[in-house]
Amino acid sequence: MARLPLEGIRILDMTVVWAGTYCATLLADLGAEVIRLESIKRLPPITRGFMPYPPKSVIEGLPAFVAAMPGREPGKRPWNRYPLFNAHGRNKLGMTVDLTQPSGMDIFKRLVAASDAFVENNVTETMDKLGISYKLMREINPRIIMLRMPAYGNSGAYRNYRSLGVHMEGVIGHTITRGYEDMDQSSSTNVFAADAAGGAQGAFAMLAALHFRKRTGKGQLIELAQAENMIAYTGRFFMDYAMNGRDSGTLGNRHTSAVQGCYPCAGDDRWVNITLYDDDDWSAFCDAIGSPSWTADARFATHAGRYEHQAALDARIAAWTRQHGRYEVMRILQGADVAAGPVMDQRDAFADPHLQERGIFEEVYHEDVEGSHLYVGAPYKMSDAPIKIRSGPVRLGADNEYVYKQVLGVSDEEYAEFERLGHIGMDFPPDAE
Amino acid sequence: MQELWGEHGSDGALSDLRILDFTHYVTGPYATKLLADYGADVLKVERVDGGDGARRMGPFPNDKPHPEKSGMFLHLNTNKRSITLNLKSPQAREIVMRLAESADVMVESFRPGQMAAFGLDYTTLRAVNPQLVMTSISNFGQTGPYRDFRASDLIIYGMGGEMYSTGLEDREPLKLGENLALYQAGAIAATATMGAVFAASGQHVDVSIMETQVGSIDRRMSMLLAYQYNGEISKRSASATAGGYPNGVYICADGYVQISGGRNYFDRVVAMMGAPDALLEERWHTPEAQYDPELEDEFNTYFIPWCLERTKQEVWHLAQEAHVLSGPINATSDLASDDNFRQRSAFAEFDHPVAGKLLYPGRPFTMNESPWSIRRPAPLLGQHTDEVLGGLGYGKEDVAQLRRQGVI
Repeated sequence: MARLPLEGIRILDMTVVWAGTYCATLLADLGAEVIRLESIKRLPPITRGFMPYPPKSVIEGLPAFVAAMPGREPGKRPWNRYPLFNAHGRNKLGMTVDLTQPSGMDIFKRLVAASDAFVENNVTETMDKLGISYKLMREINPRIIMLRMPAYGNSGAYRNYRSLGVHMEGVIGHTITRGYEDMDQSSSTNVFAADAAGGAQGAFAMLAALHFRKRTGKGQLIELAQAENMIAYTGRFFMDYAMNGRDSGTLGNRHTSAVQGCYPCAGDDRWVNITLYDDDDWSAFCDAIGSPSWTADARFATHAGRYEHQAALDARIAAWTRQHGRYEVMRILQGADVAAGPVMDQRDAFADPHLQERGIFEEVYHEDVEGSHLYVGAPYKMSDAPIKIRSGPVRLGADNEYVYKQVLGVSDEEYAEFERLGHIGMDFPPDAE
Repeated sequence: MQELWGEHGSDGALSDLRILDFTHYVTGPYATKLLADYGADVLKVERVDGGDGARRMGPFPNDKPHPEKSGMFLHLNTNKRSITLNLKSPQAREIVMRLAESADVMVESFRPGQMAAFGLDYTTLRAVNPQLVMTSISNFGQTGPYRDFRASDLIIYGMGGEMYSTGLEDREPLKLGENLALYQAGAIAATATMGAVFAASGQHVDVSIMETQVGSIDRRMSMLLAYQYNGEISKRSASATAGGYPNGVYICADGYVQISGGRNYFDRVVAMMGAPDALLEERWHTPEAQYDPELEDEFNTYFIPWCLERTKQEVWHLAQEAHVLSGPINATSDLASDDNFRQRSAFAEFDHPVAGKLLYPGRPFTMNESPWSIRRPAPLLGQHTDEVLGGLGYGKEDVAQLRRQGVI
């Protein structure tokens, strides 16, 4: 079997919630040995739930993407059952250590000495309190690459500001460009695109640093302020401000130049998206739907006219889409080389023939979720490297024995002592925070 | 003879990489911008007739279209060199084959099959350079029933992302901000490309923009797993992604602020509000209180006026002092004038020979040994055609003839 690109690279993962954890997952997909450091003394905030042993009522009250575990039952080890975590928990090793004890920091230093890289996305003061800094890491291991991914950076007035993706997106100007055109911002619902962006960019940053180290032998410190990273994603609006001093409002599902919208289809809560870029698309679209008389309306004769009168156009397009299923609209329009596609819920995704043929879902067994399920794998393919789910969502402390004994060379006696001190385990004690 | 590839003196992390860039619009150019901004020498190959379509996307100064002043093109093509080639001509194909001999990476975003139609499929290119990494970026991937389908960022997010559950239940589903899905796909493409480069054995990377949504964009992976685990279909609703109170967007004296302060964080919210006696009563602080709609309504009678009396910045800073997750809903002008972002150099200002001096989004991350840098602004169309062909050994007469023939 071909080697994976990052085989032989060991990465310590002290990440929380999404951006950092997903970054480490992308590196694990590429074959790095990613060791996730957690503690059985303290639950990482949001990452693995809000409390170690929540009653069922708490699990039932949380959003589906966070907590729709089988039966909404907390089970024996609730922290290993959250879809929010397990969706990106693949291909990692799990170890536990309590860094608030001096013996924990000794273990940490031994790990740093044995690793190539370290990634974390905690608020700045969390790492300061633990005494973890680039200076410390470099003293132990001059070749180490340290990737820090706080929300707003490790310096400046916001260095300790707490944020989920949705908050950073508000700050950098993404939120104001989405939403319903006819409603104010208080109608906005949460999305977490900044987390996805930070995760992908963090993996790219780490790969750039690994490439540089291969060439020069030098490790380094990378600082990825997630909010700053996402500014580039608003490029059009940023450049319009830079050029014309203009702020953008909400565009809804509209586009700045194409004619497009989201239209209702036959069925309950079924929708299709259609984009018409130019005159060629318009004439192909008219042909495909049988050129009803309204398509000859003078207002729709030019692209500029159609763009200006999108609301009038919407009503007519919707009258046609309502008569068809969402996939049927896609087939009719794509058959005429017009851009159209259904809004796919989860059932649609798993049943989709294209995604099935492409093989993006992989079946994995998870002991603490009691069964096999389909998980999403790496979001790209390589011709000569088998990028696969090699192991399912990492369970708290599941690989302690390997990490302590094989990676650190800890003796059986020492291992027993670390267990006694509360470093090693797979369960939170009942009094954990 | 000129050097074909330049900039090896640069101290960027990727300054040894030579990249042939056949991408256009947003996704591919964002991926190669990341490579170029960290040091790679990126040769952007553009169409003879008008170049990259992003040159027509705008925004433009004073809304006057000009191929060298498109904001999207200027933003997405920093540090690249531009050559024009009519890829349908045999001479252009020969030029590409010769460039591919010494390149490390080729990135392309044509419709699947188009590179093969040019005679530039991966098998052919690999025959002249076995180490070459080729990344192909397309809407739906190089294989599968949707391979040849057309798309837009709206359609991609609807099919691959979590559009279905975004928005309000009595309204249509909503997409993210314009192009956002495409930038994310670009970052994934850059990551996958660097993974292949690190492997140091040539291979073909297939990036489907739809799959970058299924496998990375906001909430989609965990929503899919929620269905696998418990059969739950995500529905649009104001509270589907929130839970507890206060949680959502609230109006302030001068705008809006996003607060996620419910559940475990409710004590912090009370502290943020100066611990008013009414909110210290026991009934607010039971586990059930956060699920009680009547209590939520009563809470809002305290919280809404509290927000209205303050600016969005004031609410944000008070919330952060109390460690409450929060952020103002800023416009770009708010961001550009924010002292913290300015002092941290999150923006970059530089000159362009036609568009002039402008403020741009700055570095996505800092590297203390191999910094991000702007060595040159986005190229003029075909600005580097002569120097690149010179580097390949074409004489002035050859170049003039290629130009007459419409090859360049």
